[in-house]
Amino acid sequence: MDFITTLLNSMPGAAAQGLIWGIMAIGVYITYRILDVADLTVDGSLCTGGAVCVVMILNGSPVWLALVMAFIAGLLAGLMTGVFHTLCGIPAILAGILTQLALYSINLRIMGYGTGTGKNNLPISVDKYDLLLSSRFVRTLGLDNPLIVCVAFVVVIIAVLYWFFGTELGSSLRATGANQNMSRAQGINTGVTKVLGLMLSNGFVALAGALLAQYQGFADINMGRGAIVIGLAAVIIGEVIFSKIFRSFALKLLAAVLGAIIYYIVIQIVLRLGLNTDDLKLLTALIVALFLAIPFWKGRYFQKKIKTADSAENQVGGSGNA
Amino acid sequence: MLDVNGIWKTFNPGTPNQKTALRGLSLHLNEGDFVTVIGGNGAGKSTMLNAVAGVFPVDAGTITIDGVDVTSLAEHKRAKYIGRVFQDPMTGTAATMQIDENLALAKRRGESRTLRRGITRAERDEYHELLKILDLGLEDRLTAKVGLLSGGQRQALTLLMATLVRPKLLLLDEHTAALDPKTAAKVLDATERIVNRDGLTTLMITHNMRDALAHGNRLVMMNDGNVIFDASGEEKKKLTIQDLIDKFSDSGSAVNDSAVLS
Repeated sequence: MDFITTLLNSMPGAAAQGLIWGIMAIGVYITYRILDVADLTVDGSLCTGGAVCVVMILNGSPVWLALVMAFIAGLLAGLMTGVFHTLCGIPAILAGILTQLALYSINLRIMGYGTGTGKNNLPISVDKYDLLLSSRFVRTLGLDNPLIVCVAFVVVIIAVLYWFFGTELGSSLRATGANQNMSRAQGINTGVTKVLGLMLSNGFVALAGALLAQYQGFADINMGRGAIVIGLAAVIIGEVIFSKIFRSFALKLLAAVLGAIIYYIVIQIVLRLGLNTDDLKLLTALIVALFLAIPFWKGRYFQKKIKTADSAENQVGGSGNA
Repeated sequence: MLDVNGIWKTFNPGTPNQKTALRGLSLHLNEGDFVTVIGGNGAGKSTMLNAVAGVFPVDAGTITIDGVDVTSLAEHKRAKYIGRVFQDPMTGTAATMQIDENLALAKRRGESRTLRRGITRAERDEYHELLKILDLGLEDRLTAKVGLLSGGQRQALTLLMATLVRPKLLLLDEHTAALDPKTAAKVLDATERIVNRDGLTTLMITHNMRDALAHGNRLVMMNDGNVIFDASGEEKKKLTIQDLIDKFSDSGSAVNDSAVLS
């Protein structure tokens, strides 16, 4: 009974963390699913967003401005990776790793703003500053509950992205991810669309970092370590569970957010069951590996017997190209 | 319309894989010319087409389309003038996007992409009508993902996309080679109709000599990175498959078996 009570008590916190990481997962969805690139920049840009936000608030900036600047810092991180990838011809994964490494130094510098040296942790107290959300209010009923703030952010972000990917520019971004040759033949500058996608993605990741830093009350140099894996976990868990019922683009983004919430609930459960927090990253990596393997195994060992006329026809057409 | 002037292209220069695919190739197309291009494997046909499309820069020479020097223009910028259909049915369309979305992308070829709607209701009606030309029943499947279509359907759709905005130049790179004979005939038939309807200047590579003779007003034969034979008008009409085989033999290149049999 006691176990159930403490577990239920931890659920609001898990949901809030899940929602914040859900925004991060939306960023990962843009690169991983739409652009078809695994972008490792996010491990650095999450912290960049948190660091920029906390430093700005500590220096007297209003919260909304701190969030906007965090988003812009994320855009710049994405720009750096994009330039490495398109103008310098560095493979996307390596470009992301380079930016991530560079951001480690940059993040230390941002958090050490005004001290003349780097800092690896920067606390911010909800008592002294007017923060948008804090884990302290996660079980209170009212507008300052972080769950409400996070849900509002998620709804607005999904609405904006739904609109954007329906525009000419957004469509050209989707086309770039689907088929670069075709995109160029149709006059799309695939270099520009790739940079744009990387920027957008990291913008939202940094925004999630800004929310996370406020929620937990500090920015930390390690807050983004393994972020890409958690983001991928959210995207993939969401797809595996909801792909049958969530067809539209907006719902697919929502699935990534729900995937993040489920991830954090599962983490809470295994922690309550006695898992050492030190082993968390190992567990996460194994979970993601498992979920990545499921679609592969499904296709290989559990081939569906029913074949529609269309898919059969398509395979015939596809086999003809040398 | 198209002026290809002494272009050279060497792949992998300075390595054991060095291959000079184009050797000072020149070709001039008049407005409305429908040119079929034949030649053995490695003759440089596809290289020429890709050079014109801007897939890679050429080492020397110039390419001019309708008076505009496009030699140093990037591929996506040249797309403004050029419609393309590829050999591989997978190359010309975005599989994960809908039929109407693919057409909407093609509709905006040569324009800058803004924050306006990616596809409008009026467009959908227009596409519904246009797809009827293909006679494949695609007009009733506008919102189907292109990945669900067969290779032939995808090639036909790519053809429609390439000509949705009238291109100054239509490049067809063996666009029926990967299809079964029946589907190939259907796609070729649609090609003929669209090219005639719009009077498009067209370059069509084919491995099939019969197709090369049956279509277009001019025939070009390539070998070893250059044009070795060029016939148009009455001269082209009189050509037979035997003539072409003789030309091939004269050039010293082995006649491609599949080309003879087809």
